[in-house]
Amino acid sequence: MNIQTALWIAQRASAAVLALCVAVHLAMIIYAVQGGLTAAEILERTRGNAGWLAFYSVFVLAVTIHAPIGLRSVFAEWLGWRGRSRDVVLSLFALLIAWMGMRAALGVFA
Amino acid sequence: MVHRLSGIALAVFLPLHFWVLGSAIEGEMSLGSSLAWTEQPLVKLGEWAIVLALAAHLGGGLRVLALEFLPWRDWQKGLAAAAAALTVAVGLALALAL
Amino acid sequence: MKVFVKRNSGFQEFEVPRHPSQTVLDVVTYIQRSLDPTLAYRYACRVGMCGSCAMTVNGVPRWTCRTHVDRVVRNDALEVGPLKNLPVIRDLVTDMREFFDKWARARGQFAGERTKRDDFHKVKPSSSDRVQVDSNIECIGCGVCYAACDVVAWNPDYLGPAALNRAWTLVKDERDSLKTERLRAVAGDAGCHSCHTHMSCTERCPKHLSPTAGIAGLKRETAKALLKGEL
Repeated sequence: MNIQTALWIAQRASAAVLALCVAVHLAMIIYAVQGGLTAAEILERTRGNAGWLAFYSVFVLAVTIHAPIGLRSVFAEWLGWRGRSRDVVLSLFALLIAWMGMRAALGVFA
Repeated sequence: MVHRLSGIALAVFLPLHFWVLGSAIEGEMSLGSSLAWTEQPLVKLGEWAIVLALAAHLGGGLRVLALEFLPWRDWQKGLAAAAAALTVAVGLALALAL
Repeated sequence: MKVFVKRNSGFQEFEVPRHPSQTVLDVVTYIQRSLDPTLAYRYACRVGMCGSCAMTVNGVPRWTCRTHVDRVVRNDALEVGPLKNLPVIRDLVTDMREFFDKWARARGQFAGERTKRDDFHKVKPSSSDRVQVDSNIECIGCGVCYAACDVVAWNPDYLGPAALNRAWTLVKDERDSLKTERLRAVAGDAGCHSCHTHMSCTERCPKHLSPTAGIAGLKRETAKALLKGEL
């Protein structure tokens, strides 16, 4: 069980998922912006929408996997940071992203 | 290199983005005041830069996926991704009219 | 023209006459024979076959015997230095040991199964595996790709494009018997997964090989092996 091979697979798989999610997200944002943006208007459309909540949950999960693995290389190569402490910090970052992302998704769509 | 720097920029920006949206939990008022803040020109510039970073990172990422998984000629792949990134960036810039 | 040569003590400037069809190797040889005999440098065949003359010319790793001065001179000046990413023994001569040690660590040696008593293993030249191997097999270990690679510069353990490319040609060789060990040797932070596809290696290879393609192949093969539980 080679950890870096597993991370590579996870990184590429989450990248593919993100490519789709980002495309959908941007299309939606453009559509939403066309008609102007007030808080009330946005929330009216988004609250209680289970479909979009599910979509954004997948989006958040993919980012939680993708970003820390990317940063892992950057930390090793540009900061010389390798080993346990780096991996622990990145895991914490992943949890932070997951928590904040779900908080945001629930705030807008639940 | 663009791919790496845009990735770092996105990783830094994302918690902020989530934070702003999470304020929607506190209700319309909070999101409203956050949105009013984003109308400032400096923030608009930052938003446009982030969108550009996203497009660049996506384009670079598609290039990497193509190089690693498809039996294409090497030079074509750079071209394809550059085109993809450019399209996304241009489309967004126009659509958002920032 | 002025030639700035990077030596142990720093850059030294020489005034060198220009000739038609002059190569950078001609320039370095002229300096050592006529201007400063203490200059240390390597070359052998001088006709673009052995790779010994590889140096950094105006910041780019090249074979100096195959680099025409007319192509690289800027404002009547030229800069020559040793290959990057390798320890310098003296002046323009680098210590290639780590380059070849990494080759060995990547399991870059063929391991066949047949003995002289067995019949030949017949390999179809047109099989897709063989075509892939053939397109990357001509490596002569000159070190230009290693000197060009950003990841080699950033990660001291990284095996490098040449070693990984050679491992790839062996993994894809149907006569080879060590596939799983090779994949184990190249998977990981020191191996193929650290490649960021900058493609400097492919761009600079004087034999027009693509280590990037080989390394991408290793990424696919290690992933497949992991998913099959073989890694």
